[in-house]
Amino acid sequence: MYTASDLRKGLKITIDNEPYIVTAFEFSKPGKGQALYRTKMKNMITGLTIDRTYREGDTFEPASLEERGMQYLYKEGDHRYFMDNQTYEQAIINEDTLGEATHFLIDNLNVKVLMFREKAIGVELPNFVNLRVIKTEPWVKGDTSKADYKPATIETGYILRIPPFVQEGELITIDTRTGEYSTRVKE
Amino acid sequence: MINNWPLAGRKTALRQRARIIGNIRQFFNGRGYLEVETPHRIPAPAPESHIDPVPSGKWFLHSSPELCMKRMLAAGYQKIFQICRCWRGGERGSQHVPEFTLLEWYRTRSDYLALMDECEVMIQTLAADFGMGEKITYQGQHINLTSPWERVTVEEAFRRYARISVGEALRQDLFDELMVREIEPRLGVEKPTFLYDYPSERRSLARLKKEDPTVAERFELYLGGLEIANAFSELADAEEQRKVFESERETRRSLGKEIYPLPERFLAELEQMPPSAGIALGVDRLVMVLLNAETIDEVVAFTPEEL
Repeated sequence: MYTASDLRKGLKITIDNEPYIVTAFEFSKPGKGQALYRTKMKNMITGLTIDRTYREGDTFEPASLEERGMQYLYKEGDHRYFMDNQTYEQAIINEDTLGEATHFLIDNLNVKVLMFREKAIGVELPNFVNLRVIKTEPWVKGDTSKADYKPATIETGYILRIPPFVQEGELITIDTRTGEYSTRVKE
Repeated sequence: MINNWPLAGRKTALRQRARIIGNIRQFFNGRGYLEVETPHRIPAPAPESHIDPVPSGKWFLHSSPELCMKRMLAAGYQKIFQICRCWRGGERGSQHVPEFTLLEWYRTRSDYLALMDECEVMIQTLAADFGMGEKITYQGQHINLTSPWERVTVEEAFRRYARISVGEALRQDLFDELMVREIEPRLGVEKPTFLYDYPSERRSLARLKKEDPTVAERFELYLGGLEIANAFSELADAEEQRKVFESERETRRSLGKEIYPLPERFLAELEQMPPSAGIALGVDRLVMVLLNAETIDEVVAFTPEEL
């Protein structure tokens, strides 16, 4: 159990049975009045941000989140399926909840799945993921007029900008934190 | 070779802070005030619903030098001031450190209106020394310091800025919340604001107004939305003061907070105190405004996290 004086940025608490993370926090106290703890919190399932003010003495349940090592299996409709590396149990997460993580989910990718009360609510990707370029303009060697980055589509359908020398069919490393090209993988 | 760069980086701010404190002393010495020092450790703090004293052995570190300074007024001292460290448990934020510096001054045969005037002149004098006689800029707000400063009653402030009346706010226990969210950010924005005549429920150690006993002769000064000072026409009736203390203790009890012994010596001597007025001004906050510092951390040598 937390009390209002434990509130700080990054604290994870449960409100109305949903996990929230504190994203902004300010202690205020009007002259001779009671302490107020003003927070902004993000719902870890829906991603929506709310403003809440708490008073001294208010208490909260911690949001106990568990991370489980899982492998990405496949897509069906707008759901993504994962399998627990230890128990072989499956977890299903909606694409809306996954957000931008769907750009980098490639079969057999190892991820950490965030569990809240036995429900999968999100994934943590490795920082770097290798994905294949399936569509981009060809590069004419020696053509310096096209030295700029060019658009490319990768196997998940995600479009990003890559250097001109990378060809269709090649494997590239992408930084999942920024969604940007990192290096070309030599096969 | 210096490792503590945050501390080294505050050198300019700390020099200016020292200069401001020097100027405060000069101001009060020049007006015939006696500088006093009262003990930091006391056996019985003033009971306040929302101020938690920090224990020190079986005694407490004072949260304000108020009780001892009023005993001095009762003993015949007429104009006194003190600059000292005070402690309030659990208060930490961008405008709070649990150990901070208060300036308090008291004068007999005076009231809160006279203190507003004196406060105005003191801050104008301090600002002028920094070459900002007319205007100061605090966090993008241009505050005009020329007299007269804005004076708004609490009732009027709720009418102007909150969505409900002050009476309704008290009934719904929303007074503090509306103060913080709706009212304070709008005070002292164009000119410094004296927010005055607090509802009697929030009288603290202030006397009630003769013409209207539903309000207390208390004010707070705001600069750029920041609360700088709190002042009273002092309550000198020991019986009434005891009742206020009892009700503060009752609030503490209902909140599950610790109860402390009553300051009996203070209550016994209060009857001898002539009509007086007193004010507590947060020196760290005033330095923040004069130096245009966003947080209190920028104007103190050490924050508790750095110890």
